[in-house]
Amino acid sequence: MVENRRFGNLLPHLVLIAGAIVVAFPVYVAIVASTLDAETISNGHMSLLPGSHLIENYARVLFEGTGSTTKAHVSDMLLNSLVSALIIAVGKIAISILSAYAIVYFRFPLRGVAFWLIFLTLMFPVEVRIYPTYKIVSDLHMLDSYAGMSIPLIASATATLLFRQFFMTVPDELLEAAKIDAAGPYKFFRDVLLPLSRTNLAALFVILFLYGWNQYLWPLLITTRDDMQTIVIGIKKIVDTQDALTEWQLAMATAVLAMLPPVAVVVFMQKLFVKGLVETEK
Amino acid sequence: MEKRAIFSSKLLPYLLLAPQLAITLIFFYWPASQAVKESFYIQDAFGTTSDFVGFDNYKSLFEDPYYFHAMGVTAVFAAVVTAASLSIALLLAVQADRVVRGATVYRTLLVWPYAVAPAVAGVLWVFLFQPSLGILAHALQRMGYDWNPTLNGGQALALVMVAAVWKQISYNFLFFLAGLQSIPKSLIEAAAIDGAHRARRFWTIVFPLLSPTTFFLVVVNIVYVFFDTFGIIDSVTGGGPAKATETLVYKVYQDGKLGADLGGSNAQSVILMIIVIALTSIQFRYVERKVTY
Repeated sequence: MVENRRFGNLLPHLVLIAGAIVVAFPVYVAIVASTLDAETISNGHMSLLPGSHLIENYARVLFEGTGSTTKAHVSDMLLNSLVSALIIAVGKIAISILSAYAIVYFRFPLRGVAFWLIFLTLMFPVEVRIYPTYKIVSDLHMLDSYAGMSIPLIASATATLLFRQFFMTVPDELLEAAKIDAAGPYKFFRDVLLPLSRTNLAALFVILFLYGWNQYLWPLLITTRDDMQTIVIGIKKIVDTQDALTEWQLAMATAVLAMLPPVAVVVFMQKLFVKGLVETEK
Repeated sequence: MEKRAIFSSKLLPYLLLAPQLAITLIFFYWPASQAVKESFYIQDAFGTTSDFVGFDNYKSLFEDPYYFHAMGVTAVFAAVVTAASLSIALLLAVQADRVVRGATVYRTLLVWPYAVAPAVAGVLWVFLFQPSLGILAHALQRMGYDWNPTLNGGQALALVMVAAVWKQISYNFLFFLAGLQSIPKSLIEAAAIDGAHRARRFWTIVFPLLSPTTFFLVVVNIVYVFFDTFGIIDSVTGGGPAKATETLVYKVYQDGKLGADLGGSNAQSVILMIIVIALTSIQFRYVERKVTY
C-alpha cells in the first residue's frame, strides 16, 4: 500500500459493504417472502422480517404443487434440473477431452478441418438457430426427454480449446517416456493425461454445471410435459397464473430452491469456479 | 505450436472425434444451414408447401418497423447494461483491490449472483417492482412516481435492465479484480513518489493498463445482452408492453412461435449469425493481441 491513512483504509470497506448489501437485497426479500402467508404479501405491506410459514410454503411447493399453470412438484423439477445439468456437464467434458486428445496427440488427414468445425460452433449459439434445431430434435423423437434437453447442447468449442491448450503445455518427455514403457494411447490417456488434467476437469465441471442448470430457452422449447420441466422453467409458470392471483410466497420459495444448488457450488467451490471462468474465456 | 511426440494410429483419432463431430454436424451445422436455406422460402401455416421467394423475407424484414424497433431496443439495452455493469464492477473491484483484510470474503459476497439463472433473476426483480405489492414499487409510488411497468414501456425496459445489470456485475467484477491484481505495484509506487495522487494514478496508469480487460468485457457484455438476457425478458415482461422490451433474439422466438412466420424468423436468425460472427471475431483478435501485448 502506498498511502496509509485511517480514513483511506475505511472507505473501501464501506463501498464494498454497500455493494454486497445491494446485491443481496433481492434475494433477501425473496427469502423473507417465502416465509410469509399469501395475505401478508398480497395486501402490499410485507415487512422485511421473516414470518412463520417457512415449512408450510416449502413443503407445499416441493411435494404438493401449486395452483398455477404447472401442476408439477418442485421436487421433480429439481431432479430434472439436476439430471440434465449433470448430463450436460459430464457430456461436454467427455466429448471435448477426447477431441482435444485426438487433435493434439495424433496426425491424420483432415485434422485441421475437424479443429475448425469444432471451433466455429462458437458462432452458432442456440438462440440463432432455434427453430431448425427444434425441428431436428422433434424429427429424432427427442422432445420431452433428457436426451433432447442435453445432447444438442453438449458440443463445446470452449472446452475443447481449453483441453487443447492444456495438453500443449504437457511436456513431450512424458509421452516419450510412456512410449519407452510400451504404453499405448489408451494407457497414456488414462494414467498420465487424466490425472494431470484433474484441476482443469473440476474447474470446467463447475462452470458447465452452472451452464446446464441455468438453461432456459432450450428446455422451454422442447419440454411440453409438466413432469419434464426444469425448475428454471417451472418458476416462470408458477408466476404466470392465467387468471388467479400469483401465489408469490410459493413463487419465491421456488426461486430460492432454484438458486440454492448453483449458488452453493459457486460459494463452496469458489477457487475452482474462478479458475474455470477465467480459463474458459481465454 | 505442434507436439514433437505423437501416437501413430490411423483409425483411433477419428473415433475420438466422432461424438463431438456428430453432435456439431447434426445440431449445429445442419440447423444453421437450414436456417439459411429457409430464409429464402415461404411456408404456409401447415408447413405443407414452401415456395422459393429469393430475398423477399429479408426485404419485408427491412420494411418492418418492428424490426428496427427491436434493433433500437437491443442497442439501447446493450449500451446501458454494458456501461452500468462495467462502471459498478470497476468501482467495486478497485475497492476490493485496496483492502488488505477480508478480500476473499468480499469476493464471495459479490460473485454469487453469477450462479443465478437469468430467468430466476428476472422473477426476483419482478417481485420487488410488482406495481400493487412490490416493496420497491411502493417506495417509488410513495415518492409520487407513477410506477407501472406493465403499462409503461420505458419503465418495463428499465426494470429488465436493472435485472440484467444485477446479474452481470459479478462477472465483470471478477475480471476487473484479476486485471487490477496483475498490474505491477512498482508502477503505482513510482507514480506516488512522483507526487501523483490516487485519482491521478488511477486515470493515468491503472485505467490504461486495464484497457485490454475493459475491451474484452465490453464485447462479452454485448454478447450477454444479445443472447443471455432472453430468460430475463421472458420472465419480466414477455417482450411487452407493446413490444417495448422486444430484443432481436426475443423477436426471432416470438415470430417463429406456432410457426407463424418461419421464413421471417429464419431470416432474422441469419442476420443474428452474422452479428455473432462479427462479435466473436473481434473477441478473438483481441485474444491474439493480448499474447503479444
